[in-house]
Amino acid sequence: MQPTHRSSRILQPAKTWFAYLSLLVALALSYIPTGLTPGVPDWVALVLAFWSIREPLRVGMGAGFLFGVLVDIGHGAAMGQHALAYVVLCYLATAVSRRVLWFPPTQQALQMFPLLLLTQVIMVVVRLLAGAEFPGWWYFLSSLTSAALWVPLNYLLLLPQYQPVDRDDNRPI
Amino acid sequence: MRLLVLVSVCLAMLVADLKFRYLEVVRQALSVATWPLQMAAAAPADFVRNAAVYFGTLVEVQKDNSMLRGRELEAAQRLLRFEQLEEENRRLRGLLGMGASIAAKSVAAEILYDAPDPFDRKVILNRGSQQGVEAGMAVVNEQGMIGQVTRVYPVQAEVTLLTDKDQAVPVQVARNGLRGVLAGAGQGRLELRFTLSGADVRVGDRLVTSGLDGLFLAGLPVADVVSVDRDAQTFAVIVCEPVAGVERTTQVLLLGRAEPPPPRPAPEPEPEPRKGRKG
Repeated sequence: MQPTHRSSRILQPAKTWFAYLSLLVALALSYIPTGLTPGVPDWVALVLAFWSIREPLRVGMGAGFLFGVLVDIGHGAAMGQHALAYVVLCYLATAVSRRVLWFPPTQQALQMFPLLLLTQVIMVVVRLLAGAEFPGWWYFLSSLTSAALWVPLNYLLLLPQYQPVDRDDNRPI
Repeated sequence: MRLLVLVSVCLAMLVADLKFRYLEVVRQALSVATWPLQMAAAAPADFVRNAAVYFGTLVEVQKDNSMLRGRELEAAQRLLRFEQLEEENRRLRGLLGMGASIAAKSVAAEILYDAPDPFDRKVILNRGSQQGVEAGMAVVNEQGMIGQVTRVYPVQAEVTLLTDKDQAVPVQVARNGLRGVLAGAGQGRLELRFTLSGADVRVGDRLVTSGLDGLFLAGLPVADVVSVDRDAQTFAVIVCEPVAGVERTTQVLLLGRAEPPPPRPAPEPEPEPRKGRKG
């Protein structure tokens, strides 16, 4: 697979263990107690969206559900709140995967923003229906910072696949 | 389709958790798995907090120290009087044949940070079940009550602040003993609910816990009445402000009953609807 469909560079195949390791790291990042600081990116949503787009056959709604529940527990949020939002996010990301990969990373980020925003809207709607207080418009700043991190994240998570094949492995003689 | 299955599972979980609170057991069990990750993630935050303490200036520390000395002196002489009064109270209670007043148990704790869930007003404490914290304990600072312990983890506990919409406290007006239920109303305000518009509540009244719930000790200061609007239909709209700086305090004390409350009387043939409280 290429970095984008227009690129002529061939990448190494992605490793499933690396995808899940990066999801675990994102989970740990989301557990960092930042209190109510607005604009903290939703790391797990970002990495889930990334792998749903790159590897829709390996990371999908099941992973979204699992990591959503883990985030719910760590944050003390309602059980199923993040899980629901991430399942929908993974579904949509998988659905747009083929189209989004034709664009360069900056334009991918623009297309990811509405998906990440929708994730947050789902969570707000669920909690408001349950009778919680509206957290304020600053809450939605998070999806903007998440989308802004798409380009560096794209580079970072593809790094292992950029590694060249060891010449000695398939060199004649 | 998988999407439909997973979404309906999520919705079922949400209803089970938010409406019926069935999933606390699952949450506790799974939190064991996430625990190491959470501890690792909290390390940088701890470091930043300790560094801030380390670089506090000497002048600040000296100022704090002299203030604390003054307060300690004041507290010491009040304590002397308190001990004498307690002894006297015990003897008078004995003479009147009343039961002994309830013994309290307390745990000192520090607020670590706001809970990450932006929809609730909750904070995390640095003491948990290993230090004897139990769900339902009242959380107070030197001025008055700030909240209640709602979830206990091994070395941390989650406190729902008074200003949370779901947090209710049974209170009474200190001036005349009128009882009511105080609940969060958003924007750092509290509301005394279900009090008739003719009730004797005035602006400036102090509300203290009534202890009727069998969890809190009676007489902890909670809030002051800020405004009373009697024009509403049956119930007056009574807005209150918490006595303690609920959202800006760090050192707290957890108070609970040392012995379990007396058992509830047997239910009557026709049970009256009771306002459920989150616990």
